[in-house]
Amino acid sequence: MSNRYVFLYASAMVIIVAVVLSGAATLLRPLQERNMRIEKMQNILAAINIPAPRGEVEDLFDRYVTNTKIVNHVGDEIEGDAFEVDLQDEIRKGVEDRRLPVYIAEVDGEIYYIVPLRGAGLWGPIWGYVGLESDLVTVAGANFDHASETPGLGAEISERGFEQQFAGKKIFDDESNFRPVRVVKGRVDPDDPHAVDGISGGTITSNGVTNMLRDGLELYKSYFEKLKTT
Amino acid sequence: MSQNNNNTQKEALFSPKNQKLLSNPLGKDNPISVQVLGICSVLAITVQLQTSLVMAISVVAVMGFANVIISLLRKTIPPRIRIIVQLTVIASLVILVDQVLKAYVYDVSRQLSVFVGLIITNCIIMGRLEAFALNNKPWPSFLDGIGNAAGYGWVLLTVGFFRELFGSGTLMGYQVIPNAVYEMGYENNGFMILPPMALITVGVIIWVQRHKDRSLVDVS
Repeated sequence: MSNRYVFLYASAMVIIVAVVLSGAATLLRPLQERNMRIEKMQNILAAINIPAPRGEVEDLFDRYVTNTKIVNHVGDEIEGDAFEVDLQDEIRKGVEDRRLPVYIAEVDGEIYYIVPLRGAGLWGPIWGYVGLESDLVTVAGANFDHASETPGLGAEISERGFEQQFAGKKIFDDESNFRPVRVVKGRVDPDDPHAVDGISGGTITSNGVTNMLRDGLELYKSYFEKLKTT
Repeated sequence: MSQNNNNTQKEALFSPKNQKLLSNPLGKDNPISVQVLGICSVLAITVQLQTSLVMAISVVAVMGFANVIISLLRKTIPPRIRIIVQLTVIASLVILVDQVLKAYVYDVSRQLSVFVGLIITNCIIMGRLEAFALNNKPWPSFLDGIGNAAGYGWVLLTVGFFRELFGSGTLMGYQVIPNAVYEMGYENNGFMILPPMALITVGVIIWVQRHKDRSLVDVS
């Protein structure tokens, strides 16, 4: 077989594969994007402990999430659609340019504030949502997810058992100093309002969650303080 | 691509020879326990039964199609770039599987995360393309692909079953070891969720298999 044949064969193969794959990606894109929107809504609702089955997510989201806002790091509101803000892009900007989404939900007359977080695990990014009660101190719930943490180890952060530990914890201490929840290695005192039990074999991911909570929530500090004084 | 073979004596679809293509890889030609290929993914994804199951199904799909495609192209592939052609076919199929999973079974695809992509590097698939599909007709190649993927799959499921059962006390995510047992002092074996135990579990499977079939001893 001549070089010419080999070269043409390879070129034709690459072109065919490119057409097939980009065709499939374009065809499936709308379905995939809808799945991602639904997952985002599910995660936001999960942060205030509302389980949302796939079919009902959009209705539940519209019913409970009454308002969304974008704020900056000094707590001023900015124009825009909070749901469309992608934290992956924001995290690359300087702190003063970041747009910080806040989702405000009302469940049975109680107001909840839900904020998105993003950080680094062992193998890749981790992210999540933390729901705060109307006092802006007590954590109502949390939801975490990850791109590629080890199943059974770091990946356990997205398990309900791990997330449920956050309910009732506090992100400010009694003197109103910022003191986010830490994920601790080894046994923790269940009454400690600022610590939860870490994951055996998933220490680096656990530390990632600790850092994500500290760095992510800190940006909202001014906004929370403004809300509390008004 | 002129297929000018006028083979008059048609072979039955499931002739004994073809049946062997399907059944041999399950037992005495098993890609994992006899040929010791594809061990890497067995270590990585068998912590839970569900990931093992979806992985097994994905590999069956990729391997069936890859073998048929390569077999159809076998007379046109330039020998010098055949490995590249094989890899391109496998990689394309894996990307397709990944896209389809993301579109239709999003939750499962989230759980498998990187492992679907890692099918590309599964040595069993390229091994079968190189050893079988390149020299055989599409139908036998298809059976060979499905058979080998199934041989890979059952080992995966067995390892996943034992690791999830003893490591987490669950199966498919549901708790199966009753709380009463835990109250009696039983604890999940944390060692089971670490990769080395997959190796040991595979070792036990190999041991049992060779104990039953003496002809396998000292052949590999």
